[in-house]
Amino acid sequence: MTQTILIDPVTRIEGHAKITIHLNDAGEVEDAHFHVTQVRGFEKFVEGRPFHEMPALMSRICGICPVSHLIASAKACDALLAVRIPPAAANLRRILNLAQIAQSHALSFFYLSAPDLLLGMDADPAQRNLFGIAQTAPQLARDGVRLRQMGQQIIELLSGKRIHPGWVVPGGVNQALTEEKRDAILAVLSEGIGIVQRTMLWFRGILKQYESEIQAFSALHTLFMGLVGPDGTLEMYDGRVRIADANKYIIADGLAPEDLNTYIGEAVEPWSYLKSPYYKPLGYPSGMYRVGPLARLNIVRSCGTPHADEELGFFRTLDHHSSFHYHYARLIEILYCFEKINQLLHTPTILSEHVRAFAAPNNHEGIGVSEAPRGTLMHHYIIDDDGLIVRANLVIATGHNNMAMDRSVYQVARRYVRGAELQEGMLNRVEAVIRTFDPCLSCSTHAVGQMPLHVQLVAPDGSVVDEIKR
Amino acid sequence: MSRVATLKINGQDVSGREDETILEVARENGIPIPTLCQIEGLSNVGACRMCLVEVAGISKLLPACTTRVAEGMDVRTESERLTHYRRMAVEMLFAEGNHICSVCVSNGHCELQGMAVALGIDHIHLPYLAPRRGVDASHERFTFDANRCILCTRCVRVCDEIEGAHTWDVMGRGVGSVVITDLNERWGDSPTCTSCGKCVQTCPTGALFIKGSAVGEMTKRNTFLTYIAQMRGNLK
Repeated sequence: MTQTILIDPVTRIEGHAKITIHLNDAGEVEDAHFHVTQVRGFEKFVEGRPFHEMPALMSRICGICPVSHLIASAKACDALLAVRIPPAAANLRRILNLAQIAQSHALSFFYLSAPDLLLGMDADPAQRNLFGIAQTAPQLARDGVRLRQMGQQIIELLSGKRIHPGWVVPGGVNQALTEEKRDAILAVLSEGIGIVQRTMLWFRGILKQYESEIQAFSALHTLFMGLVGPDGTLEMYDGRVRIADANKYIIADGLAPEDLNTYIGEAVEPWSYLKSPYYKPLGYPSGMYRVGPLARLNIVRSCGTPHADEELGFFRTLDHHSSFHYHYARLIEILYCFEKINQLLHTPTILSEHVRAFAAPNNHEGIGVSEAPRGTLMHHYIIDDDGLIVRANLVIATGHNNMAMDRSVYQVARRYVRGAELQEGMLNRVEAVIRTFDPCLSCSTHAVGQMPLHVQLVAPDGSVVDEIKR
Repeated sequence: MSRVATLKINGQDVSGREDETILEVARENGIPIPTLCQIEGLSNVGACRMCLVEVAGISKLLPACTTRVAEGMDVRTESERLTHYRRMAVEMLFAEGNHICSVCVSNGHCELQGMAVALGIDHIHLPYLAPRRGVDASHERFTFDANRCILCTRCVRVCDEIEGAHTWDVMGRGVGSVVITDLNERWGDSPTCTSCGKCVQTCPTGALFIKGSAVGEMTKRNTFLTYIAQMRGNLK
């Protein structure tokens, strides 16, 4: 008798998704899928809008990573204007993007995944949340909250608003940085670096407890993709696309991000509203790749900042296939963000008043690419002669990982789930592998510990064989 | 020379010339009455119904911007009934168009938004009509987004009365009314528009804005209007 296990909704991720696990007659996992179940419609309803509104409109996609969309959207608009924005504006946008990545990574690690890491995959679900952490390890909880606050404060200092700021505009930013604000940002950076280093020390100590998961999460071998700087260092704002194979050998380098459509194809699968992008030269599904922190650190020569590079040395001793190490990569990137912000704030032109280029639209088509917390993000707009949007296409970071997430779910389910003796902890591991990718499926973080998890084992005749409720 | 009338506004004894409106006399005496379509320097049309007031002895509400003062009048500018109707009028404006403040060029500087805040409106109780209205971005310097138009006709009046071009006018009836340029041509093709921008600066919402404005960047500067009107003797 075949059975299907449904995990719906998947909790402690951003957005709405469900997982189905199909069991065979013997109660073993035969297949499993990750389904994204929401439609947003942004690409459609922006049609007809003036393109200058696009950064603000598009940032509304997400309340966690509005800045990422602001940046990619504004870059696409820069391309429509055909301007090269002032250096100070580019660096200010860079800092904003780094602060965004730091706060989003902190949310992913401390709020969403640390409950599994600190309390254990089999811990009582009622405890397995940020409040459970606050009880067991108050300092860790405080650190998570503080890191996120720092990222948000930097965003606010730069742009005047923590969420959905209007500061990033086509052609640059609409206000220069003042000396006071620069100093206010500089003042928090060293505390942030200290917190991340403390967290890494703790995390290194517990890695041993998760050897089984690390191994199970590494059964998947994929390509890795991301932007790198001209010298092969970590780059979040500009740069060229690099693709490495499963063994980290570079198979494509210096690809123009605006030509992404020429080397990345998009397949559609019936079980998900999210498309499945793949690397065209290897075809579908062999061209499966991963993006985001793990992929970025697997393709770069170095981070380009001292503390992060030191940690990168340790990171390279870990199994680079394992999605479990997205967590460690995320911590290294937070470190990098704070160090890089420090470097950028010391560039001589950072306080320049010249932060915006003005022009009429000079191109009908514009593409903007940057690194978002979860990976490479692309906005692609086409406008008419009056500057109104004719077509918009977005390739979202989480989308790149879709195939890898789907296959990871299958691998982890096969490793842990046994239909005959279904336990909540087994299913939590299936969710946990999804959490390593930190997918942002829409714009909402679910209320911690409040989301119901309802798993049913359903027989072909529709009768419920077994049931677990969270 | 007009005669002077004495009257009461909110119980306060005030006086004004008989050719003055209740709104003018109230403002001379520091008594606020909310308005949207009215702007100093242009004629009054009583379109928005924000300035409705109660006058003792008259059962219907009267617009303060178009009602002249009279001897012995007893006017109330604030009451539960007035607030109810003002809120309803603003809610209707929101329901009738597509006003998405958070992504609007006038966010934070919009008179409609300001009015909603002042009246404590946090929900629209009417179903949104979500009309399909277009954006005319054919003009070289300005854009007209009909989604945000509340038909106050300030643009029509300023273009006619101050600039003298009469490019703008109103077409259609009732809920189907729209402001148009010339004979409903693209603004960029208008032979009468002088590109002076007075319509943009007097528009209370983000319906008319300077091309290239991003969210919240469009602040309107319309103090020129009082000055021009005074110079021409249009203001009393």
